[in-house]
Amino acid sequence: MAKKYAFFLGCIMPNRYPGVEASTRYLMTRYGIELLDMKGASCCPAPGVFGSFDLYTWIVIAARNLCIAESLGADIVTCCNGCYGSLQEANHLLKENKELREWVNEILKNIDKEFKGTIEVKHVIEVIEHDIGLNRIRSEIERDLSGLKVAAHYGCHFLKPREVRRHEHPERPTILDRIIETTNAISIDYRDKLMCCGAGGGVRAGSIDVSLDMTREKVQNMMRAGADCLTTPCVFCHLQFDRGQKEIEDRMGVKLGLPVVFITQLIMLALGASPHVLGLQYNIIPVRPLLRKIGL
Amino acid sequence: MSASEQVIQLEKTDPKFVEEIIEYGSKIFGREHMETITACFQCGTCSGSCPSGRRTAYRTRLVMRKALLGLKDEVLSSEELWYCTTCYTCYERCPRGVRTTDIIRVIRNIAAKSGRMKEQHKRVARLLIRFGHAVPITDEFKEIRKALGLSELPPTVHSYPEALDEVRKLIKIMKFDQMVGYQESG
Ligand code: SF4
Ligand code: SF4
Repeated sequence: MAKKYAFFLGCIMPNRYPGVEASTRYLMTRYGIELLDMKGASCCPAPGVFGSFDLYTWIVIAARNLCIAESLGADIVTCCNGCYGSLQEANHLLKENKELREWVNEILKNIDKEFKGTIEVKHVIEVIEHDIGLNRIRSEIERDLSGLKVAAHYGCHFLKPREVRRHEHPERPTILDRIIETTNAISIDYRDKLMCCGAGGGVRAGSIDVSLDMTREKVQNMMRAGADCLTTPCVFCHLQFDRGQKEIEDRMGVKLGLPVVFITQLIMLALGASPHVLGLQYNIIPVRPLLRKIGL
Repeated sequence: MSASEQVIQLEKTDPKFVEEIIEYGSKIFGREHMETITACFQCGTCSGSCPSGRRTAYRTRLVMRKALLGLKDEVLSSEELWYCTTCYTCYERCPRGVRTTDIIRVIRNIAAKSGRMKEQHKRVARLLIRFGHAVPITDEFKEIRKALGLSELPPTVHSYPEALDEVRKLIKIMKFDQMVGYQESG
């Protein structure tokens, strides 16, 4: 039976980087993975933002989103570490803690919903590794990306906190590097590779200069190591790097210009898709140098 | 800092502050999780790991210390409290298993509840109430969606007004609208 996932879109992917949504849909469809619409889903809501304002509202709204996937009978897949962070954590807390679950369900009664704890929340890179399989992608590569130097940015909330996420060691992860290398590109080493992009926790909204200074440091570290582009599996980090580089130039006068490509866009490029179909032309930082490098 | 500023005046401390933090977070994270704050031995691994502390005066260790000392006002009103990106690096590295990032989120909740929420943050929160998305669609991105072969509006609250009503109903029950100064008319 074909694998099905409830596709949790969140805010930034559908409303700011629709190219990421389109690329992810192409990739999943190509490998027979059906993406079900989560009709009426809202903001996850962002874990470090709404979680910092009111954890109780945060978990109630997250639970409502989880209920939509439960009613579809499908696990969730998301392309944002923030959405993953919120929904996977809320799902974990609600499954583990009966009192919390009962309290949340009492509130959800007002909209005729009930959290049952019947699904899991997955990140798109888990689906790429476990449901598609890297060997399958490797055997179908149509465009040669060898020589392309990619700076992998994991983002924080896919890996941490480890006791909740239960993936690899957060200081020594390999999954994103392995996916990048499946395309024959090189995943480069660079200083402070696992550092935060600076966007989370409401810092982007509340203290933009602090936020952008982290982004600047990270992008400079990547560029010093010779990166041709940076690749992330989190659309919020993606926004912070793409928009952020423009903001860094405007606010600090530091010109960077490192193209930002989402992991599903990078894979689709290697599988032969046209950059236009993937929406790369809508990035704020031009991707032309990267395309030239791969002969486009 | 002068010597007199370094003196902690007992009458200005709130010895119940730690308990307030633990109590507030317990229903969400469990009591044991929250009680880890009392295990902090001030090694500074958290501050040394912090991407915000590297460029600002924010010190994670100090937040834990001040919270334990009951310096409630100082902790709640500090601008730096909002510099944590919730990256969880300190959480992973703390040798005492202090659940720093969650403790910081709880302290921020207490700060927000006491009327110390930033205007920029209230604005983001009001977007969630108004649109169901903290980052709502714009005309420009509707066009881009169409050009990429996607539905003009995503199949989220943006396409289902009754779903947005549900979100708003929950937010009203939680009184989150009052906290962020949301008014019906938008
Ligand atoms: S790393 Fe842990 S024990 Fe050390 S100062 Fe920070 S919170 Fe306290
Ligand atoms: S979670 Fe917050 S306090 Fe801890 S290292 Fe990250 S930014 Fe600093």
